[in-house]
Amino acid sequence: METLFGITGKDFVITAYDSKAVASITLMKIGENKSRELNPHTLMLFSGEPGDGVHFSEYIERNIKLYGIRNGIELSPRAVASFARRELADSLRSRKPYSVNLLIAGFDVKTNKPSLYWLDHLASLADVPFAAHGYGAYYCLSLLDRYHREDITEEEGIKLLQKCVGELRSRMILNMPDFVAKVVNKDGIRLVQL
Amino acid sequence: MAGSYDRALTVFSPDGHLFQVDYALEAVRKGSCAVGVRGADVVVLGVEKKSVLKLQDERTVKKICMLDEHVCLAFAGLSADARVLINKARIECQSHRLTVEDSVSIEYITRYIAGVQQKYTQSGGVRPFGISTLIMGFDSDKVPKLYQTDPSGVYSAWKANAIGRSSKTVREFLEKNYKEDMNKTESIKLAIRSLLEVVQTGAKNIEIAIMGTDSVIQRLELAEIEAVVAEIEAENEKEKEKSKPATSQQ
Repeated sequence: METLFGITGKDFVITAYDSKAVASITLMKIGENKSRELNPHTLMLFSGEPGDGVHFSEYIERNIKLYGIRNGIELSPRAVASFARRELADSLRSRKPYSVNLLIAGFDVKTNKPSLYWLDHLASLADVPFAAHGYGAYYCLSLLDRYHREDITEEEGIKLLQKCVGELRSRMILNMPDFVAKVVNKDGIRLVQL
Repeated sequence: MAGSYDRALTVFSPDGHLFQVDYALEAVRKGSCAVGVRGADVVVLGVEKKSVLKLQDERTVKKICMLDEHVCLAFAGLSADARVLINKARIECQSHRLTVEDSVSIEYITRYIAGVQQKYTQSGGVRPFGISTLIMGFDSDKVPKLYQTDPSGVYSAWKANAIGRSSKTVREFLEKNYKEDMNKTESIKLAIRSLLEVVQTGAKNIEIAIMGTDSVIQRLELAEIEAVVAEIEAENEKEKEKSKPATSQQ
């Protein structure tokens, strides 16, 4: 199952996703992009039903972009997460709900604080210091509980993420390909090597 | 003549006019002037900013609007109608990106806006939009584009054009002074010069936006506009000096 991670630090959020696309027992592709940049300081990762993930996240991406162009200002991560949750909630109460789990990582340029939101397909929303989706969560949340601090630096954050990935490599029955990691901070979103 | 044929939009007059559309064009002619100039690798939009009333916050009055990151629009006519049309166009830009995973081409979005304007000339119980628009931008082919639409739903591409108040005068000025393949400075100067034909009060009533091949919209600061205006005025002075008859020898 697809694993997503998110860890907040002093002034950044680091996120990671496993880049494999799976169809039943076959590995279809490595290097799948499971993230979408909603605006210059907000990143969304998705997992779950493959088609639903792309469809939903692109829909959210376009609406957030429209807000930016209409109002000339970026929507804050909190507002983005609320909007996404609302869309998930409406979809849940429709004939065929979207089956996606999300992590929304953002840096609020007004308050200069990083934030991470955990959403699932039942439209739950939680503002958390660190989070994970998928089987990876079972192995790594305890690790994050033990080693995470609110004020870790970016380097420490990357090391912590490497610890989590290492744990998955040694304990999960499935082979874990390379994780793709992205950092969100006041300068925007960038790719990092794990 | 006009008589009973100008009330309903969906009725042609005997001589083939849709009077409501003609009257909408009149509304456009009352709006403040907007000018567009296409250079070799840049497009410039300029608008006449109506004098800001003392107690009004001028930052909230925007006449040059972004439709998408690479498309910009200026209008002349009823601002409220423009707001509605711009909103529709912005939604269409994002919708296009969602379905086709590609940004809109300038021609596409112009065709869409013109299509909306035309729809409102053929429905019952609605009136046409009282605005003409100038749409500028760059497609992925890095060629500058400038289009104009009007209330009848007609659109076409232009090298330079003016809409709104005194647009005829400004267009004639542009026809006389337009040169092919102008660079950024020359294009900006031409746009400001043509606006100064209409705007008597100078730089503080002019708003300019430019876009280069990087498809980033850049609005000029008041200081930059004032500098160009001063340059133009200096040139005009020199012209006047040259054309003055030589002082007679005493």
